[in-house]
Amino acid sequence: MNQTLTAAQRVAIARDPQRPGITDYISALFTDFFEQKGDRLCGEDAAILGGVALFHGRPVTVIGTRKGKTLEENLKCNFGMPNPEGYRKALRLMRQAEKFRRPVLTFIDTSGAYPGLEAEARGQGEAIARNLMEMSRLTVPIIATITGEGNSGGALALGVADRVLMLENAVYAILSPEGFASILWKDASRSSEACDLMKLTAPDLKALGVIDDIIPEPEGGAHQAPAIAMRQVDLYLSRCLAELEKEKGPALAAARYQKFRKMGAAAPEKEEQ
Amino acid sequence: MNSIFAKRRARLLAMKAIRDNRTLADATIECPKCGQSSERKLVAQGLSVCPKCGYHFPIGGYYRLSTILDPGSFRELNAKYPAGDPLSFPGYRAKLEATQRKTGLAEAVVTATGTIGGRKCVVGVLDSRFFMGSMSAAVGEKITLAIEYAAKNRLPLILFAASGGARMQEGILSLMQMAKTSAALARFSEKGLLYISVFTDPTTGGVTASFASLGDIILAEPGALIGFAGPRVIQQTIGETLPEGFQRAEFQEEHGFVDAVVPRIRMRETLAQLLRLHEKGGRA
Repeated sequence: MNQTLTAAQRVAIARDPQRPGITDYISALFTDFFEQKGDRLCGEDAAILGGVALFHGRPVTVIGTRKGKTLEENLKCNFGMPNPEGYRKALRLMRQAEKFRRPVLTFIDTSGAYPGLEAEARGQGEAIARNLMEMSRLTVPIIATITGEGNSGGALALGVADRVLMLENAVYAILSPEGFASILWKDASRSSEACDLMKLTAPDLKALGVIDDIIPEPEGGAHQAPAIAMRQVDLYLSRCLAELEKEKGPALAAARYQKFRKMGAAAPEKEEQ
Repeated sequence: MNSIFAKRRARLLAMKAIRDNRTLADATIECPKCGQSSERKLVAQGLSVCPKCGYHFPIGGYYRLSTILDPGSFRELNAKYPAGDPLSFPGYRAKLEATQRKTGLAEAVVTATGTIGGRKCVVGVLDSRFFMGSMSAAVGEKITLAIEYAAKNRLPLILFAASGGARMQEGILSLMQMAKTSAALARFSEKGLLYISVFTDPTTGGVTASFASLGDIILAEPGALIGFAGPRVIQQTIGETLPEGFQRAEFQEEHGFVDAVVPRIRMRETLAQLLRLHEKGGRA
């Protein structure tokens, strides 16, 4: 564990281009992956990769944001910033997972949903909202793993899960620290100050009850020893899945509802005025 | 006896509605859209719509309720639910208190029960004067409580959105309210109950990407800005200026995200019509 890292250092590690991405996780943790493309409405979005695969011999639906490894891939994947088609494809695959009683495993690494002209015209907000609503009532196990950056509703749209896991150096926040500083202080250069206040690291989020578990990374980050990192992820996913598969579908959905229902519910301090 | 209470409630809402408008003290008011000045009295009589160009001025939550609920039917839900500071964010509590004093509001949303055209419903209104109507944990909780109240009592639900998005000072917990409210609406919907969402100017960010986009029926006030990303962010991303009317209510209607653009003056009768239409099959 790298306990001594500052929040800003973790943000840098989370964004490291060498950090394992969805394609690395798929080849390390799954066999027999079959990619499914398209939202069946109007398009295909490479910023979200999804399909069916075997996880320790068991069929699962895998969905993850994809940043790409080369510049060419980056451009094709829009640097991991999905359009509405990506979220609608993800929803299509999740509904199919429910039909075939497959658990859903999502991998999140995105700087956010794409804030573009066409994304808006095709209902970026509606696409995210729909995913939040439908994920909350899916009756198969859902495990979300935040592997790098998890920013904004664009990350949450794959994150309404029974178990939310985070790699030790991943970050999860309402938006990027730069965006946060620029909105709050009109000064994007104060991002490291923002990092400290935002409570975006895995230990902070575990304390707040937003995530369930932290997956340890090798010294210096997952990209320093990917095989070790993958083994850890495998271990945590297997353990969570074994727990969740004991539950019946409606009980899973009910527990997932309660999990999110509680967030920010209790007034932190009762003050009589 | 009943009518005395109804009268008292009517007076209470009227007073809160007047307080909503008290910051507008000048005799004339300039329209930010057409730039022309109009007599304030004239604007107020027309539900805060510019008599020259039809621009819809932003209005406060209680005032909004007074324009759509039957007189005397207003009963506030969870009026005392406290605003919080879950991340102990520096300076936030003082800013909350200052905003509370300035607006007379406890938080950015008012929720209530009341009747429209004699039909009982639950109504929530976001108020853009309070931190831009942004989604705090308290806002998410009050909306969720309103959804649950409507579900429990089998009442139709109407939510008026107006929001700059997330409450920055509450960070990730603000984000989680998107999941919470959307999940509550899933349960509400499964009971076969009606939810009408009304977009007002402006609604962006997490509110667009959660409960506001999930209505069985989605209405919008004319000219309301509706989007996930705000225009400034989009402009920075694509590096060009946005086309005229982009993300406005009429644009969203054309693109399939809004059932109808409804002028404020027609809002009450439109809502009454929709409640009437859903009375039998929709069990409203």
